[in-house]
Amino acid sequence: MFAYTIRRVITGILLLVVMSVVTFYLFYASSTTPERYACGPKCTAAQLETTKKSLGYDEPTYVQWGKFAKGVAVGRTFPDDPELRKAAPQLVQECPAPCLGFSTGYSAPVRSLIQDKLPVSFSLAIAAFVLWMVGGVALGITAALFKGRLLDRAIVGLSLVAFAFPTFFIGLLLLKFVSIRWGLIKLPAYTPLTENPWLWATGMILPAITLAVVYMAGYIRITRAFVLETMSEDYIRTARAKGLNQRTVIGKHTLRAVLTPLVTLSGLDLAGLLGGAIITEQVFNFNGVGKLSVTAIQRFDLPLIVGIVLLVATIVIVANIIVDLLYAVIDPRVRLG
Amino acid sequence: MSSSPTQVHDGTRSQSAGDPLLVVKDLKVHFPTSDGVVKAVDGLSYTVERGKTLGIVGESGSGKSVSSSAIMGLFHGSSAQLSGQILLDGTDVLTLSEKEMRALRGRDVAMIFQDPLSALHPYYTVGAQIIEAYRVHQDVKKSVARRRAIELLDRVGIPQPDRRVDDYPHQFSGGMRQRAMIAMGLVNDPSMLIADEPTTALDVTVQAQILDLLQDLQREFNSAVIIITHDLGVVAEMTDDTLVMYGGRAVEYGKTSEILTHPEMPYTWGLLSSVPEVTGDTSAKLIPIPGNPPSLLNPPSGCHFHPRCAHRDKVPGDLCVTTTPELVPGGRDPHHLKRCHLADPEDIYLQEVLPEIAPDLVDEIAAPEQTGAPGVHGTTGTTEQGGRA
Amino acid sequence: MSAEQQPGRHVDPEATTSTEPEAAPAQHAATAVATDGSPGHVQGHGASEAPADAKTLLSVEDLRMWFPVKSSGVIHRTVGHVQAVDGVSFEVAEGASLGLVGESGCGKSTTGKLITRLLNPTGGSINFQGRDIATLKERELKPLRREIQMIFQDPYTSLNPRHTVGSIIGAPLRIHKIVPENKVLDRVRELLEIVGLNPEHYNRFPNEFSGGQRQRIGIARALTLNPKLLVADEPVSALDVSIQAQVVNLLQSIQSEFGVAFLFIAHDLAIVRHFCPEVAVMYLGKVVEIGDRDSIYQRSMHPYTQALLSAVPDVKQAAIGGRRERIRLEGDVPSPINPPSGCRFRTRCPIAQDICAKVEPPLLQIGPKHKVACHFPGTIGNHPTKPATTGLLGLDADGNADPRASASSELNTSPGYADRWYDIDRQSMTGA
Repeated sequence: MFAYTIRRVITGILLLVVMSVVTFYLFYASSTTPERYACGPKCTAAQLETTKKSLGYDEPTYVQWGKFAKGVAVGRTFPDDPELRKAAPQLVQECPAPCLGFSTGYSAPVRSLIQDKLPVSFSLAIAAFVLWMVGGVALGITAALFKGRLLDRAIVGLSLVAFAFPTFFIGLLLLKFVSIRWGLIKLPAYTPLTENPWLWATGMILPAITLAVVYMAGYIRITRAFVLETMSEDYIRTARAKGLNQRTVIGKHTLRAVLTPLVTLSGLDLAGLLGGAIITEQVFNFNGVGKLSVTAIQRFDLPLIVGIVLLVATIVIVANIIVDLLYAVIDPRVRLG
Repeated sequence: MSSSPTQVHDGTRSQSAGDPLLVVKDLKVHFPTSDGVVKAVDGLSYTVERGKTLGIVGESGSGKSVSSSAIMGLFHGSSAQLSGQILLDGTDVLTLSEKEMRALRGRDVAMIFQDPLSALHPYYTVGAQIIEAYRVHQDVKKSVARRRAIELLDRVGIPQPDRRVDDYPHQFSGGMRQRAMIAMGLVNDPSMLIADEPTTALDVTVQAQILDLLQDLQREFNSAVIIITHDLGVVAEMTDDTLVMYGGRAVEYGKTSEILTHPEMPYTWGLLSSVPEVTGDTSAKLIPIPGNPPSLLNPPSGCHFHPRCAHRDKVPGDLCVTTTPELVPGGRDPHHLKRCHLADPEDIYLQEVLPEIAPDLVDEIAAPEQTGAPGVHGTTGTTEQGGRA
Repeated sequence: MSAEQQPGRHVDPEATTSTEPEAAPAQHAATAVATDGSPGHVQGHGASEAPADAKTLLSVEDLRMWFPVKSSGVIHRTVGHVQAVDGVSFEVAEGASLGLVGESGCGKSTTGKLITRLLNPTGGSINFQGRDIATLKERELKPLRREIQMIFQDPYTSLNPRHTVGSIIGAPLRIHKIVPENKVLDRVRELLEIVGLNPEHYNRFPNEFSGGQRQRIGIARALTLNPKLLVADEPVSALDVSIQAQVVNLLQSIQSEFGVAFLFIAHDLAIVRHFCPEVAVMYLGKVVEIGDRDSIYQRSMHPYTQALLSAVPDVKQAAIGGRRERIRLEGDVPSPINPPSGCRFRTRCPIAQDICAKVEPPLLQIGPKHKVACHFPGTIGNHPTKPATTGLLGLDADGNADPRASASSELNTSPGYADRWYDIDRQSMTGA
């Protein structure tokens, strides 16, 4: 298991290196002049040239990537060009390792930008995850147990409706009625959990529900399908033939088997969300990683884009490793090696 | 569909010494579907005594497995419609509530399934599954149940049972898994054991081991056993009585030694002639039954077998098509029941069927009964019969 | 350089697909085997007989398939091999049938996959029509795919559910471009008729057919290109008994009409006995006994073959009651990763002695068409007490090298049968 984890981490790091290279080349393949966004609207040709140089955009792509990689490994100093550093020593900034670069749009280190926004996205993702897992799995099992009857049809039908609505629509609907018209909950806003748990929870509830509803719809259907499939397995018939009651047959024998695919799916879904829920964050005006990435792309902020790509990739890779390790814990037939 | 109302023969035997443990009377299991009613079992009667073995033979869709699931009460809570009687030691299990049935299931009647790999839960150890089966019915501590599980694993021939009890099913070989399955079935000393294709998924030498084990255990526990199979060889070697099923109905029922030596129903002939043998005459022909097994949703009228029957023209008129034959005694033995309109099946079998499928047996079987002399029925492969260690 | 351009070796595509020469036999076969529907009197088939003096079609020598076993460390290293097939040799003549029997894990299916080159052998040769196909590249294999076809066990998973029967059966014709597109349908109809299905059902999907009918479709697909050799891997074991006989009869008809050779892989000893005039018994990757039907089923000399045969439940036992006398094998088949030394069967063998652990018994020809790999070959109850092979191998009775003797040059290790063989009773070479 240990050797397996080490091997997976090594391949994960290699994958991250490849992804950063690809991001650099893709960025320049889009035939844009990123320095124009950094320089501002009233930029002279000479200023533009200086900006380009100070940002290092004048160098070949592989040299830029090399500097980025060095920054991640040992840190770096901005601007890269020694003449510029000499010319304007007041602008020189140190960026300790692991340095993800310096955002041109925000004029701040990428790492601190991401570190600021990450708690918002994490809170949102985990709150939504808890909601959809509890609701989705419970409703999915219920639907399976009442297969073909009214309750089953109602659950499946409603999940279809929820699935059909776009995220922003559900978000706006909740905002409009729950918060504004009925005033049940004050307008959602992010408060750090450490500062005030109650405010954190109330501020988080509407965005979390919005996000959860969409995922829950999928999980109801998936759980229902897994439960029905498992209940037709021979070992469930064996369990019934032993004389076990329905509660044990479902709660122990069926659920144990359903757990495996659910863990895999939900782990990867959660990982995808931890990197930012773009639409939900926009709707509720939450300053999370999702919103940050939209801004980064709008402003052609290469260092920020690379930083976010690597963050999301890292989360997904780590989640994949954890899910596979969990898989071996849940299913005794799986041997990692 | 057009079957005339038939007086189903009461399968109860009068000559039996011990009272029968299981009496199935006119059992019907129907499944309503959107396309119509599937008559999986349609009027089935049989009895099994303590210490005796009944073989139920048939192909897929004949209803052979459905009838045993009904005995286990596994259709509780499903859409299946059951009627008739299933008397287990005098109690009609069809009238029991789910809770009462649960108390019976696994304690008085246990079941062994075909594929032990899929019938055992992959996520729990073999021991945990046996312990669970024991503690459902016995109010004992886990440690006591564990000792019982080890004791039974030892009894069914698992080496190092105290260590293997903590293994998962996938760590066992196919044969060992079936042994574990048998141990689980026997953990509560059931009086009735149903084995549904217990050796179909196994290799032939392992099959022999498992059949030996089943036979030893039956003698030891004096339980009544039903073996459901499609293998006539297994039936011949393991059972006292044989019930041949086709399209949800019994078509032939009697002593195994009778049914397999003097079959009186063309479907049984067909089964015998479609299976080659390892011993015997190589000039024997393999004669398939034409066509496909019947649809239970829309079974053929009259005798369900008539569309595939090669001897239909020997019955006057359209009797086979219009009228369902009753399950009645044939010409040989009052306890040998057959569902067929043929007047003289014995003659047809001896003169038309046997010469094709077992030319070497014609003289022996056609000759007057010489029971009790095993040598008489020795096969041409006598080199193999003799001098075996 | 492509093998496709080699003239002569392969049958002229025009000739193989012209419908004329086959039309008559096809009709005949169809009437003989079309058992679906009409009850009538069904034609039964006796056991297949071997064609006399047929040329060798397939000659397999010392075939090996070792699958590497990797370690579980940070870096995967090969730490051993699953010796799935280890030194298998046999021959199949044109139009003949060789049965390959054995229990699960004995390597019989792997052997089938090697011969169809679905797997790349680790070693050994596969001579098909005089040419070694064991090491051919994928591109060179294309013409071979016409000549050797496979029939699979499970008729439910081996047919693509999204393709019509017509496109499944016609696909090989299109891939190999041997008939013009407008003739494909004619050939498909003809094939459907040969296997006893309604030729007008070419437009249906596999799920509209029963299991037996699907197996017929699989057979039609395999026949499309007029193969010389059909590798049938458990072709009937997934079917109901009454349907099994239909399919076996169909295969027999096809063999007699078209002269196709069969490698018939099955665990059912009775069906193999019926279908194959020659049978090879495998255990743990090796052939332990091979011979004609009578040698294997009436006079088997290997204790494993004897145990296998005695384990089959016998219908005739009904007249006597109770179980048949049998040789009981204890335990399970050992792991093919670390197979027992010497004779692989020795750990479960009732007559094993010290020599069996030391020296692997050669596959020794002991009759005109009978070879056995055992130090103590003999019919049940007549196994010799002293090893019969020591004289040939230059060993003493305990399996140690005998300084006074040397290995005989007369030991025949070729895949086929020689004119002279070792008489185990007289312990010397003899001939017909």
